Amino acid sequence: MIRICVVGLGKMGLSHLSIIRMHPAAQLVGVCDLSKYFLDVLKKASGVAIFSDYEKMFAETKPDAVIVAVPTRFHAGVVKAALRHRVHVFCEKPFCLDWFESNRLASEADEMGVVNQIGYHYRFVAAFQEMKRLIDLGAIGKINHVLAEAYGPVVVHSKGSTWRTQKEEGGGCLYDYAAHPVNLLNWFFGMPERVGSTVLGQIFSNQTDDEVYGTFRYRNGLSAQLSVNWSDESCRKMTVKVSAWGALGKIYADRQECQVYLRNAAVAPAGYTKGWNVRYTTELTQPVWFYLRGEEYSAQLDYFMRCIESGERKNVNSFSSAAETDRVLSMLIDDARSAAQDLRAAESQESLAARS
Amino acid sequence: MDRLLFGDNQFFGINHMSEEKARAQAIRFQPTQAIIDVLDIAYDEGIRTFMCTTHERVAEICDHVRKNRARYSEFAFYPCMPYAHKYANAATEEGMFGMLKRVIPKEGVFNALFRGGMSLASKDIDGITTLLIDAEMKMFDGLNTPVIFLQNVVTDLLLGLGMTDAFHIFAEHVRKRYGAEPGFITMNLPALLDMLDKAGVDNPIVCSNINKMGFRMCGGIEAYDEAMRNRRFRAVAMSVMASGAIPPREAVEWVCARPNLQSIVFGASGASNIRSFRKMVDEYWDKKLPDTLELAPA
Repeated sequence: MIRICVVGLGKMGLSHLSIIRMHPAAQLVGVCDLSKYFLDVLKKASGVAIFSDYEKMFAETKPDAVIVAVPTRFHAGVVKAALRHRVHVFCEKPFCLDWFESNRLASEADEMGVVNQIGYHYRFVAAFQEMKRLIDLGAIGKINHVLAEAYGPVVVHSKGSTWRTQKEEGGGCLYDYAAHPVNLLNWFFGMPERVGSTVLGQIFSNQTDDEVYGTFRYRNGLSAQLSVNWSDESCRKMTVKVSAWGALGKIYADRQECQVYLRNAAVAPAGYTKGWNVRYTTELTQPVWFYLRGEEYSAQLDYFMRCIESGERKNVNSFSSAAETDRVLSMLIDDARSAAQDLRAAESQESLAARS
Repeated sequence: MDRLLFGDNQFFGINHMSEEKARAQAIRFQPTQAIIDVLDIAYDEGIRTFMCTTHERVAEICDHVRKNRARYSEFAFYPCMPYAHKYANAATEEGMFGMLKRVIPKEGVFNALFRGGMSLASKDIDGITTLLIDAEMKMFDGLNTPVIFLQNVVTDLLLGLGMTDAFHIFAEHVRKRYGAEPGFITMNLPALLDMLDKAGVDNPIVCSNINKMGFRMCGGIEAYDEAMRNRRFRAVAMSVMASGAIPPREAVEWVCARPNLQSIVFGASGASNIRSFRKMVDEYWDKKLPDTLELAPA
């Protein structure tokens, strides 16, 4: 059995807690949160050991592994403490607000030989896994352009404030939503050389961004566009989709399906034909031992547990891969900031010119 | 329970296979009358139970049924609560307490404050749970709701968290306050049955995916069959065609052969699909082996 504990019981923490408690190899040894009230309810209902101080929990319960689901700003602190206790770490996304910090923690975890994984669950969605497989096989030839999108109805009023709507806490559309398609782009194509024309726009929020747009340029001539909006009420829930155009065809994927258009039957992968091919989640998805909100949430935690057991240390969604995503997010922030400065400068020049 | 229950996914842009199809359906069913037209077709085919989420638009259907009681004299709603995205989106935007404030009904504030306050003080989930149930049930005032379901996201979250009491509280409140049978929707049937045993919920109604592909049947087809053969509960099958991945005839033939199956939930948008599905179920249901009905559930 793997002794595991959970730090942070917000929306994601509760979901992880529920899933991991049902895992056949997991023994839950403690949960930690600042909300004493909620902890008491949980203890009363399920008898789990509760803590309001994670250092104390690590010292007393001596876990093998921890799931970290506190607001992003606090990730680094909890992860550092976990590493001091040589604990395998599964941490929510995005990793850290400062990608230098992400890199430092990645090297530290690797040196220590503990499994380190970040919760970018879209890498465990079967349709995106199929897209990755087809890209790697070269099924659509040399890819020239990609469109990565995410839309959903998170902030659709001009009120409300939680850590998710505070930029300094690691909230906002960029960290909460855009991190996912950015992470998929990194998985498929590696780091972009540069980002440009970035927009971090506000629709309803005062403190942070509600929409993110930008253009990515890669070394081999590939370009990608990012289009993300978390104030889109037309979507029932978060919807992530990626389209890729190549010389030999096109691939489109979302959580439900992977649609593939192939121009050349000669290079079509096994089971694929010339023209349109559609693979649905129903056939692509592997069963999980416990289902809560989607197979991917269970699959990523099962994978984490398996890596701990098997000694696999070159895992998917490692700290270092998440550090690359953090780095792209900071490139987007810098680019948007300098574009905004240029615009302001141009506007003030115009008004000066108008006055003179 | 009727053999066939009519589901509502198709009306609210939920399709587990295709976003495009989901959007096309959401557009088609934007006018509530379009939903009512399909419900009328189903009703006239003898499908009199509407198993629906407590989506805000269901309130309009409730109003319609209340206004036309003679037309719908045998119409039953099986409410499935809560409509989870409402809570999840509110929690992301306003935090857990903000979310609670938003969803608790404006009427009956005193009652709400009293029960909510008492439960906050005693750290008892009883008060807050019953408060939320009542909020979700408001739209069904004066309508026939013989079975009330807990949605799978909540059922399975509570199952995973080990909140045994919550199941007991739900079952008791639904029985006492609404004179209804408690139902539970789950993707984890065998594990949930163990939990319901522990919670002391006897002979529960449990709705889960039951399909030939084993799609979203955690524990696997064999464990489901075993549970249906040997455990005391009333099984309702949903997603029998695995969102369209299994052809209807094959799906229906297989699901009708499951031991002790009580009901099938299905969704369809057109008259011919509703009719042909009903006919297929009638055809294969009659071939069910009598010895599979050994428990003779209520």
